[in-house]
Amino acid sequence: MRRVTTLYSSSVGKKIAMALSGIILFGFVLMHMLGNLKAFEGREAMNSYAEFLRVVGTPIVPEYGVLWLVRIALLAAVGVHALSAFQLWRQSRSARTHRYLKSRSQVFSYASRTMRWGGVIVLAFIVYHLLHMTTGTVHPDFEYGSVYDNLVIGFQSAPVTAFYLVAVGALSIHLYHGLWSVFSTLGNENVRVNRIRRPAAAAIAIGMFLGYAVVPLAVVLGILTLG
Amino acid sequence: MELDAKIPSGPLADKWDLHRFEMKLVNPANKRKHQVIVVGTGLAGASAAATMGELGYRVHAFTFHDSARRAHSIAAQGGINAAKNYQGDGDSIYRLFHDTVKGGDFRSREANVYRLAQLSLNIIDQAVAQGVPFAREYGGYLGNRSFGGAQVSRTFYARGQTGQQLLLGAYQAMERQVAAGTVIPHLRKEMLDVVVIDGAARGIITRDLGTGKIEAHVADAVVLATGGYSNAFFLSTNAMGCNVTASWRAHKRGAAFANPCFTQIHPTCIPQSGEYQSKLTLMSESLRNDGRIWVPVRAGDSRPPHEIPDAERDYYLERFYPSFGNLTPRDIASRRAKEMVDAGHGVGPGRNGVYLDFRDAIQRLGKKAISERYSNLFAMYEKITGEDPYTVPMRIYPAPHYTMGGLWVDYNLMTTVPGLFAIGEANFSDHGANRLGASALMQGLADGYFIVPLTVGNHLAEVAPGGVDADHPAFRDGVREVEEVQERLLAVNGNRTVDSFHQELGRLLWDLCGMSRSEAGLKEALAKLPELRESFWRDVRVPGSGDNLNQSLEKAGRVADFLEFAELLCWDALERDESCGAHYREEHTTPEGEALRDDERFSHGAVWEFSGVGHKPARHREELIFEHVPPSQRSYK
Amino acid sequence: MDFTLHVWRQGTPGSKGDFETYQAKNVAPSMSFLDMLDLVNEELTRDGGDPIAFEHDCREGICGSCGMMVNGMAHGPEDLVTVCQLHMRSFSDGDELWIEPWRADAFPVMRDLVVDRNAFDRIIESGGYISVRTGSAPDANAVPVPKPDADKAFDAAACIGCGACVAACPNASAMLFTAAKAGHLSYLPQGQPERYERAIQMVHQHDEEGFGNCTNHGACQEACPKGISVDYISRLNRDVLRARLAGVAFDST
Repeated sequence: MRRVTTLYSSSVGKKIAMALSGIILFGFVLMHMLGNLKAFEGREAMNSYAEFLRVVGTPIVPEYGVLWLVRIALLAAVGVHALSAFQLWRQSRSARTHRYLKSRSQVFSYASRTMRWGGVIVLAFIVYHLLHMTTGTVHPDFEYGSVYDNLVIGFQSAPVTAFYLVAVGALSIHLYHGLWSVFSTLGNENVRVNRIRRPAAAAIAIGMFLGYAVVPLAVVLGILTLG
Repeated sequence: MELDAKIPSGPLADKWDLHRFEMKLVNPANKRKHQVIVVGTGLAGASAAATMGELGYRVHAFTFHDSARRAHSIAAQGGINAAKNYQGDGDSIYRLFHDTVKGGDFRSREANVYRLAQLSLNIIDQAVAQGVPFAREYGGYLGNRSFGGAQVSRTFYARGQTGQQLLLGAYQAMERQVAAGTVIPHLRKEMLDVVVIDGAARGIITRDLGTGKIEAHVADAVVLATGGYSNAFFLSTNAMGCNVTASWRAHKRGAAFANPCFTQIHPTCIPQSGEYQSKLTLMSESLRNDGRIWVPVRAGDSRPPHEIPDAERDYYLERFYPSFGNLTPRDIASRRAKEMVDAGHGVGPGRNGVYLDFRDAIQRLGKKAISERYSNLFAMYEKITGEDPYTVPMRIYPAPHYTMGGLWVDYNLMTTVPGLFAIGEANFSDHGANRLGASALMQGLADGYFIVPLTVGNHLAEVAPGGVDADHPAFRDGVREVEEVQERLLAVNGNRTVDSFHQELGRLLWDLCGMSRSEAGLKEALAKLPELRESFWRDVRVPGSGDNLNQSLEKAGRVADFLEFAELLCWDALERDESCGAHYREEHTTPEGEALRDDERFSHGAVWEFSGVGHKPARHREELIFEHVPPSQRSYK
Repeated sequence: MDFTLHVWRQGTPGSKGDFETYQAKNVAPSMSFLDMLDLVNEELTRDGGDPIAFEHDCREGICGSCGMMVNGMAHGPEDLVTVCQLHMRSFSDGDELWIEPWRADAFPVMRDLVVDRNAFDRIIESGGYISVRTGSAPDANAVPVPKPDADKAFDAAACIGCGACVAACPNASAMLFTAAKAGHLSYLPQGQPERYERAIQMVHQHDEEGFGNCTNHGACQEACPKGISVDYISRLNRDVLRARLAGVAFDST
């Protein structure tokens, strides 16, 4: 553990922590997206998939056991990701207290420049999304266990869908920069990987956006209905 | 003035070995009590500081740069010679020794040159162990090339950055000692005087270039590694900051100056493009392997080069030297180019260059082959001039590049002031009247890594550590004198900038004491220099104050010293009434117009003793004896 | 050509600076950017003003002394050049030029465009060398170095320590410098014994100096006059990771 904490004490260590937690979170958003697409198989499929997540591992582990384990791990990953981001941001901010009057950032991609704000938007969205779809606190007509209905009702509100699309857009841009730079942070030296990492990251990010966007759009367009 | 070169007895090949045995050693426990000052952190200074730090001395390393890694050694392109004979082409220590003595036109000390050739082997080993990335062949072993007309391939190189890579090696070795606490770096501190107490060097006076503070630093020995004085000519290939100040102030404190007129002019530089240009850029000499040098036959011909037919082109080097052609040695190629430009055949916007044309080589070998050989140089040329050398011939012109002269030192690299050492380009060195390509890095590192750390020890063994402190009247006087000079400079408040004087001095030296010199011209220069110096002190404007970063003030001090030093340069050129190596006197030429040496009268080093500003210095001689390489006349016809 | 210059002027390290406007008239396209500043300074001096302080020395792009932001770009708009090799023909007649010093808290401004880059020396001091005493080296050809490794080492060793990477980085990070220096030695057999300790010591010092961290923007690589690749940063990251997880001894004092 001491080795991990001393590693974390350096800026490179914080980046590595960010990369590793980022990989966990990427795994989650990928699975979550695939789960969302269950909606196209209908109410039954989706609700039973949700039920499966609740009971997976039984009878060896109690009901909700695995789910909470994953939730705790994800929460920890979000925590590490955000904390290291915050600490690195603070380090960088104090590294240049006097800013340039003119700065021309031709080379930084939009994605890399928006990592921090994009991250904050995603974080805010996560909080909203949990209150919306998990606890139902801000949901107009939430019924525990009726995942499919909650989803369709939730996205019938245009502002909610718009916010959702903006958020997954931000997430995708965030993912693009994060995905290719994870190879750099973790020290990949394979030339072939380095050559394809940017296009591959772009493809995954676009795929992710489409995968997430298609469900609410289907609701708005009336393809997914309560009926 | 008594000059004892202290050349050890014994056979040539054993001298250094025997000398190392005879030198006195400092008790290891006492080493840390000795303070040694090293001024300059180029190849010689950084390597000396690092090694003396490793030996346990307390070393103070001074540089006027913001970092010890910036000295102009960093700009050396070509390579470094060593008699490794890795190519198995017949090289040996003796051959490198022989070539260096001959290349120096028989004006260097055989014993020193032999030691240099011996140590060349250790330098390469040391550099590679430090991680210097020399060129390698596919088998992983070191590559070599032939350089500067040498018949064997003994030059080690690192792309075009040999100087940078070697300097970084020395700098990193020094930083390691900084971490160990044995070397204390003093950055942005310019040495402005040597302090001599009871006839021995006991410290220096510096100006902190950031705060302007004048400070005294005490030591038991002082090593000057402060480079050459090519910038006396204003336009040279040296960095802007290179100056003669440290050497000159040491000279004024009693250190004799040897052979100042041996200044090397490099033939392949990019010509000056405008009056405000402050620096000339060197192009590697290797370009002459394939480029043909020419000027228009008709003086004043202003047609673009491609419109001038072959019949109206004068390939003058090929005409004068049918067997060596464009590959004649540096001094000859430079002199001939100047003759052509002076006669009105100069080309380019300023009519101040000659063509170096790759048209025929591209036709013969193809553009690809030429690109493989020179693409980086062509790119550099295009970056600077905006012209594409594949289609428009390059323009080149000679420029001051290196100075063989410097502070006189004995075999121990100690000047005529006990405890004051000079290494690298700052001393009058092993290159005689002309330095061979790829030998400067070798000499700087031999001095710094392998010679001066031992010979300083030999001196320190006889000096009790400490004894004086900065309150000694000599230090207080030194500080006051430096402050006074600075106040005088700031007080003139005239109408001309420092650079305008430097430019004027440079033009005067270039015209009258440059590539070719004559008695009449040198006398004219000696008559004009005092006037120029006086008008400097009457009319210079140095803005700002002395108590913060003031680059004009720094420059003014350096130019003031160049203005004094220039007279010594001209005196030496005048009194050396012969032509040899880089020193070409128009009166002494063979019927073919080549340099004519006079071994009867001038087989010696001219060693000058300071006798007051504006007074003719006293000339002493160190006779040179050639037991192994009998003097002969060069011929390149 | 004529230019309007807006130059950062600051008298002393702590003082408050500001932009001053100057006219550069009759500038030849063949002049280097620093020749142009020389010209402005000559006039300023003649007119009784204070010339603009800027660091420079070799003027051939190798000493690493010079460096300034020109219109928000480190070393100006051209690729692979230092500002001393930038020529005025790269600009158009009448252009307005904003000239600022490198901005990073680890590079405090000393005067005008001159900054203090000693932090780089201290990063080297923390481990950027191979510990070999003078005289203890084996024969230079005793250890062959595969050419690809030698070439990679060389590409990193080309760093001139100018600080453009820090200046261009939105985080004012010196990771490209640190990675180039560590990377050079890490590719050579001679550099292996100290490789991992070197990596953590140098990164530690980098952080101590107050540089920002790397977020893989790649601005440093674009600004680098020697074209050093950000891939060396990957390599340094990996060396740090390995070193820490293997518990390589580390002296944080």
